[in-house]
Formats: sequence, C-alpha cells, structure tokens
Amino acid sequence: MEFIYLAIPLASLFGAIVAGFFGKQIGRSGAHCVTIIGVAVSFVLSLLVLKSVAFDGAAVYNQSVYTWMISDGIRFEVGFLVDGLTALMMAVVTGVSLMVHIYTIGYMHDDPGYQRFFSYISLFTFSMLMLVMSNNFLQLFFGWEAVGLVSYLLIGFWFKRETAIYANMKAFLVNRVGDFGFLLGIAVILMFTGSLDYYEVFERADNLVAASMQIIPGMDWSVITIACILLFIGAMGKSAQVPLHVWLPDSMEGPTPISALIHAATMVTAGIFMVARMSPLFELSDTALSFVIVIGATTAFFMGLVGIVQNDIKRVVAYSTLSQLGYMTVALGASAYSAAIFHLMTHAFFKALLFLAAGSVIIAMHHEQDIRKMGGLKKYLPITYWVSLVGSLALIGFPGSAGFFSKDAILIATHNSTVWGSGYAYFAVLSGVFITAFYSFRMFFLVFHGEERMDEHTREHLHEPPAVVTVPLILLAIPSAIIGWLTIDTVLFSDYFDQAIIVFSEHGAMEALAEEFHGPASFVLHGLAPGPTWLAAAGVISAWYIYLRKPGLAATIRARLEWLYQLLDNKYYFDRFNEIVFAGSARAIGQVLWRLGDALMIDGLIVNGSARLVGWFSGVARQVQTGYLNHYAFAMISGLILLLGWVVLG
Amino acid sequence: MLLTGKADTKIMIETIIFYVFAVATVTSACAVVTVRNPVHAVLFLVLTFFTSAVIWMTLEAEFLAISLVLVYVGAVMVLFIFVVMMLDINIARMREGFVRYLPLGLAVAAIMLLMMLSVVTSDVFVLDVGSEPVHTADYSNTKELGAVLYTQYVLAFEIAAVILLVAIIAAISLTMRKRAKTKYQSPSAQMKVRKGDRLRIVKMPSSEEG
Amino acid sequence: MTLTLSHYLILAAVLFSISIAGIVINRKNIIILLMSIELMLLAVNLNFIAFSHYLDDIAGQVFVFFILTVAAAEAAIGLAILVVLFRNKGSISVEDINEMKG
Repeated sequence: MEFIYLAIPLASLFGAIVAGFFGKQIGRSGAHCVTIIGVAVSFVLSLLVLKSVAFDGAAVYNQSVYTWMISDGIRFEVGFLVDGLTALMMAVVTGVSLMVHIYTIGYMHDDPGYQRFFSYISLFTFSMLMLVMSNNFLQLFFGWEAVGLVSYLLIGFWFKRETAIYANMKAFLVNRVGDFGFLLGIAVILMFTGSLDYYEVFERADNLVAASMQIIPGMDWSVITIACILLFIGAMGKSAQVPLHVWLPDSMEGPTPISALIHAATMVTAGIFMVARMSPLFELSDTALSFVIVIGATTAFFMGLVGIVQNDIKRVVAYSTLSQLGYMTVALGASAYSAAIFHLMTHAFFKALLFLAAGSVIIAMHHEQDIRKMGGLKKYLPITYWVSLVGSLALIGFPGSAGFFSKDAILIATHNSTVWGSGYAYFAVLSGVFITAFYSFRMFFLVFHGEERMDEHTREHLHEPPAVVTVPLILLAIPSAIIGWLTIDTVLFSDYFDQAIIVFSEHGAMEALAEEFHGPASFVLHGLAPGPTWLAAAGVISAWYIYLRKPGLAATIRARLEWLYQLLDNKYYFDRFNEIVFAGSARAIGQVLWRLGDALMIDGLIVNGSARLVGWFSGVARQVQTGYLNHYAFAMISGLILLLGWVVLG
Repeated sequence: MLLTGKADTKIMIETIIFYVFAVATVTSACAVVTVRNPVHAVLFLVLTFFTSAVIWMTLEAEFLAISLVLVYVGAVMVLFIFVVMMLDINIARMREGFVRYLPLGLAVAAIMLLMMLSVVTSDVFVLDVGSEPVHTADYSNTKELGAVLYTQYVLAFEIAAVILLVAIIAAISLTMRKRAKTKYQSPSAQMKVRKGDRLRIVKMPSSEEG
Repeated sequence: MTLTLSHYLILAAVLFSISIAGIVINRKNIIILLMSIELMLLAVNLNFIAFSHYLDDIAGQVFVFFILTVAAAEAAIGLAILVVLFRNKGSISVEDINEMKG
C-alpha cells in the first residue's frame, strides 16, 4: 500500500511539474493531458484506498516515508496517516479536482496562460493531498502553506488585472494572520509534548492539559485551550471564518474553476479537516470548543445575510461558501466532527457544482457576472439550469439531497450540544437555513427565470457550453443529489471515523443524533416535519415572491431598510475597518519608521552622518597638512621634544 | 708616581685629543648650519666627519672611523658637493628668514640640549658603567666586528646590501632621462625584421619603347 | 680628568642640538636640511660607539655600520630626488614644494 500512498500525491506533482516547466514543449493539449492523467491516477488510487479503508476494513496506516532531519530528539519527517478521515478527504479532493481539470479545458480555452493554469491546479491537488495525508504537524504546515501559495498564484492568475493583484495580496496577508496563529499553535504543542507526530502528540495530550502558561503576567491560561485556539486561528484564516473571512469574496477575481476547486470545495475546508483531525485535542478544552462554535455561528449567519445583497454571481456563491463553512465550524464546535466532515464532503460536491454552473453561465454570457443583467437563461442553458437546480436544492437542504442530510445532522447536533454558546449557534444556523434558501433562489430566479435583461448582442450568442464543461457538471450533479442518502449511515453513525475522530462522552451531540437515526428514509421523513425544511421552503417562496412575482418589491424593501442594506452591502465594514485600522496603522508605523528610523536615523545619522563626520574631521585635519616640508620636520622635532620631556620629567 | 705617570700621560693625551677634536667638531657643525654658501657648508660637514672620526678612534672604533672617512667623506660628501655645484642655487633666497628663525632655532636646540643633558647627568639612566675596558695589544676592532657581522648579523648584513642595491637603482631610475632624439640600435628589433617589412615589390607592365 | 661615557654623550647631545637648530634655522634650504640630518645621524652614531666601547659590546658598532649603510642610501636617494626636483621646478626652495598639501 505504501507505493499507492506515495503515488497519489506524486502523480499530481508530476503533472504539475511537466505542465509547468515544459508547458511550451508539450503544448496546450499536452499540458491538459498530462495533468488530467496525473490527477485521474490520484483519483483512482484514492478510490482504491477509500474502498480498502471503508469496506475492507484496512488497518490504519501510519508510517514515515522519509526523515528529513532529527534535531534535539525531534523528528522532522514526511509521513502518511491513512485512516477513514484521510481516505474520505483524498477521494473528495481528487474527485473534485478531476472534474475541475476537465472543466478547465472548456473554461480556459482561449487563455494564454493555459499550461500555467493546469500546472497550478495540479500543484494545488498535490499540496492538498500532502496536507490531508500528513501524519505530522510539519507536513501539515507544509501542505497548509503550499495550498496558500497556490491559492495566491491562482487568485492573481490574471496578473494584469489590478483587482486580481489586490485580491491575491489580500488573501495572502489575511492568510498570513491565520498562519501565524497556526504556527504558534504548533509551537505550543511542540513545546509541551516534544513531538510533531500526531499520535505521539495525542498520547501526550495530558501534558497540555496539566500545564498552564502566563501570556499576560498574573493570568494562568490552560495550555490546551491556548493551543487549540491558536490552531483554530489558523483554521479561521484558511477556512475564512469571521473576522479572517475578508479574503474569500475577493478571491473570486481568480478564474472560476479555481473558485470551484480552491475557494469552495477543497482548500477552504482544510481548516475544518484540521480541526477534525485534532479532535483529540479540541475535545480536551471546552473553552476552545465554545470559541469555535461562536465563530462558526457568526460566520454562518452574518455572511449568509451579506449574500442576499450581492449582485455578482460568483460573489453570491462565495458568500454562500462562507456561510456553509460556518455551518461546518459550528458542527466542529458542537463536537460533531463527523457531521462537519460529512457536510464538508457534500458541500464539496454541490458547491463545486454551483461554481462550475456559474462558470458555465459566465461563459455563455461572455464573462458578464452581474446577475441583474441576466434572467430567463433557462431556455438557453437547459443543462446548466437543471444542474444548478440540483446544486441549489442540495445547498438549501431539500429533503433527500446531499445537503439535506449533512445540514440536518449539523442542526440536530447543534441543538443537542451543551457547549457554552450552542444556543446562539442553534439560532444562527436555523436562521441560516432560511437565509441560505433565500439568497440561493434569489440568484437562481434572477439568473434563469424572469425577464431577459441582457443586451441583444449577448442574447444572440447564448448557447450551452461544450461537453467538457457540461459533463463535469453532470458528474458533479449526481453526487450532489444522492451522496448524502448513500453515505450518511457509514459516515455519521458507523465506526468509520473511530480511529480518526475522538469524541468525549460529555460532548454527546452525535450520540443523541445516532439514537434518533433509523436509516436515511426515515431521516427524510423526519425532515418533512415542521422544522428546518419548512424554513428553507419559506426562503424559496420568499425569493420567488419578491424577485419573480413582484419584481418591484425588492427595491421597496431596500428603500425601507436602507441602513441594513448599506451595512450588508459594505460587508459590515470589515474591509474598511481593516483598511483603516490595520493597513492604515501599518502604513502609519511604516511611514514613521521610514521617516524617523530609516531616513533620519539610519540614512541621515548613521550612514550619511558618519560620512559627514569623517568629512568634517578631515576638513579640520587637512589644515595641518600644509605640504611644506619644514612644517613636518618641525612637527617631528616637537614630537621628539615632547617624548623626551615625558621621559625626563615624567 | 713614575710608574703611574705613563698611564697618566696616556690619559692626559687622550683627554686633550678629545677636547681639541670635540671643540673642532662642534665648531664645524655650527658652521655647517650657519655659513651662507652651501659649498662651504659641505666642506665644513666634511671637517665635522673628520674630527668625529678622530673621536671614534679614541673609543677604539678604528674600523668605523676609517669607514666614516672613506665612505662618507670619500663618497657621500663628494656626491653632496657634486649636487650642490651642479644645481644653480639662489643663495640669497635660501637665506631668507635666517635671522627671523634664529631665536626659535636656538630656543628649540637649547630645550633639546637641556633635556638630553638632564638625561645624561641625572640618575634616570644608570650611566655609571665603571671604568673603560682595557684591551690587550693584539686586540683588533676590525676582526671583532667582522666576527659578529658575518655570523650573528649575516642576514641583516645581506639586507643592508640589498638596501644599497635598491638605493643605486632608485637613484639611477630617478635621475635617468630619456632623450627623444637619442639614436640607438635595437638588436631585437633588428633581428625580428622580415623581408616583407622593408621591401615592397611593385609589379609594373614593362613599357616598350616605341 | 679621565674621560667618561658622559663626555661622549654630552658631545653627541650638543651635535644633535646643533643639527636641530640647523633644521629650524635653514628652513628654506633643502640641502642644509639634508646635511643637518647627516649631522644628526653622526650624533647618534657617536652615542652608539660610546656605549659600545664602555659596555664592551661590539653590537653597538654593528648597528653603526648599518646606520652608515642606510644613511648612505638615504643620501643618494635624497640627492637624486633633489636633482629631479630641480630639473622639474627649477628650484629647490622648500617653499616651492607644497604639492603634498591636503
């Protein structure tokens, strides 16, 4: 098996290297062939691994394949930990990645950076696989940073656009904040357990619980809480939780396949995955869990609200992603790690589907992304229409769809949770259901129904994109519809995650859920009872009424609630706050340091100052140098007399 | 008294010689720095060296006394005279400021002298080295000097030789002047010459006398 | 009236002082300056020889030997420079040589 584990990431890396360095030689078709074959190999092998883990009951694989160095007893290694969690993530990552690769052939068809793009997305797949397959913190951090790097490269893929450069810089900087916390968290763990290996750390977790440290003098803080919160800050950056979410909407500057692959389906879930992987640590700290659940609930609710007022088709989906990531985080906080991973998986499929469908619309609309200029696209783009419907229904949790199972599981788990803040979280996620349904179908109706608001020229050229675009859509639509039904039993209620995820009995959210669970069919029936599903239906109907039945109503409501609209339209002023407080103060400090420290102190005082001092001194000293021989002779004689006088009189 | 009288006489004569030549040395040294004419100054310097050589004799440094006369008076001083005579020196200008600086010069010299005398006469350095060493009749200063010069100080001796060589080369290269108009042969250039450099064969159609 | 070391040392000191006075007084005449330096060296040599004699150590005389060598070299080069100087500037007045001025 070791060979297979090695081959999975390396196949993608091989494709990335070939397409990246030899892109010119192998040409466009060569580039997409080699990368797609690479990712396809990874995907097939990942399915094999998933099969062996899920069905054949293969033992957990936890081995180092390469020791980089050993320093002071700490081993820095490359190793793989393959259990249920890893196998599932691998299959999801490579599966979505494969679809996106195929889709990219159509979407990036005319782009001059074709080979570069394929190289990047294969590199991303490699990085993500390294991240999820890691058995130690070092490799986790490597994968973490590598996906961050690829994300940076891809957001700024169209590097001639100023907004893209701004967005990728922003994504990089915000992620840096998160990564800083993450790195500190790893450092705390390393300091108190003396190991980077997951299992060793989990074994020695008692050290973390027993210890306390003083960050502010006089206040003892539990090390486990600090470590978990720091790790979670890393997850907040990568998984775009409030207040480190600001980069994700802007990252939509990148090409749409990337939005689907990285900023919806896989990379942003790295934080969720990491917290689930660290469940033996998070379980030990109720404070950290409360922190997690509150952040998640805030993200789920408030970011969903912002989605209502967005007009860019990709940004609507982006805010929906933020909101769904909030759901996953809430599940983590409620100790329903398996529910979070379950939602992660279903979300990966339907969100990738929605993004790619949005991309399909964008292709058809000649790269117009404003939904106010769309409408009535149903008859032009039938395939896209139907897959979008499937994706949207899955997103809002239509009974029986993939999203229904995962989202309901989260709702129930949150309801059962006893962690501090879970009441707020339950309110947030429940309201989130309505909001999700509302903005999803607002977009859906504005794009596919109603009057046609595009200009004549665009209308004439509207047609369904080619098969390389639609086939991945259909392939993603199938799991979006059915994967929840098929896998809920295995993922949530079997012993599938037993080795990977540890839940303490006092955090019994999932146990309570398991007692109520009697198979997917009854779960669906249960969902039809008054509750979240009705809220979702209400959301859909509201959207239908406001945007299709009475199109003028939206403007009226907007006028009434101008302050709310402004608040949402400005995304709660997070950007402006960051701009003024963080960026502004950094610039101010930089200005001061530059003017005072650099220009005045270093340049003026030290560099130029020393030169000036030497110059001044030389100017004085050269007065002595008359050039007349007798003056020098006289100086020598004077020196001689002084020396002699010193000897005689001294 | 008679027995010691011989020694007394020797000491007496030595002392007289010392004082006579010391006075001569000082006087001629004074003359060196004060006479108007540089040629005279050089000649006085020669006299100073001569008298000094005599004083060195009384210190049993015969070899050095002789070398001083031969090397210094014979070579260096002649060089000085050559140069002084060769150069067209404006004596009047050279004497400018002589009177003006005389007090200063005397003052400096006096301070210097006082200090050195205080060193010599005080007990800062223990100068009471006892009586003069007495050498036997077959004592040879030259032989003694040679014995150490070619053994213990042979390296320094060689370096001194190199210094002299450098001085020769330096003096020659400083004063040598290439005259552009000088005609001379260059053997290497003559050897390198080929036929083509000198001879050019021009083909011309033979003209027929008509 | 026996001669002691001090006699010779005082004589050397007097010679040295005279040469210093010569340097100060003849500040314009570079030839006299050179001669004063020769006088100084003579005074130093006298000291060396006197000590050598009274301490009965031949090393002092070896030193004088080397000083004579170096002084000869110095005189040769000094005079060569003087000749070149005179050739280039038409003067050997110290006042005319201030090109070393910083």
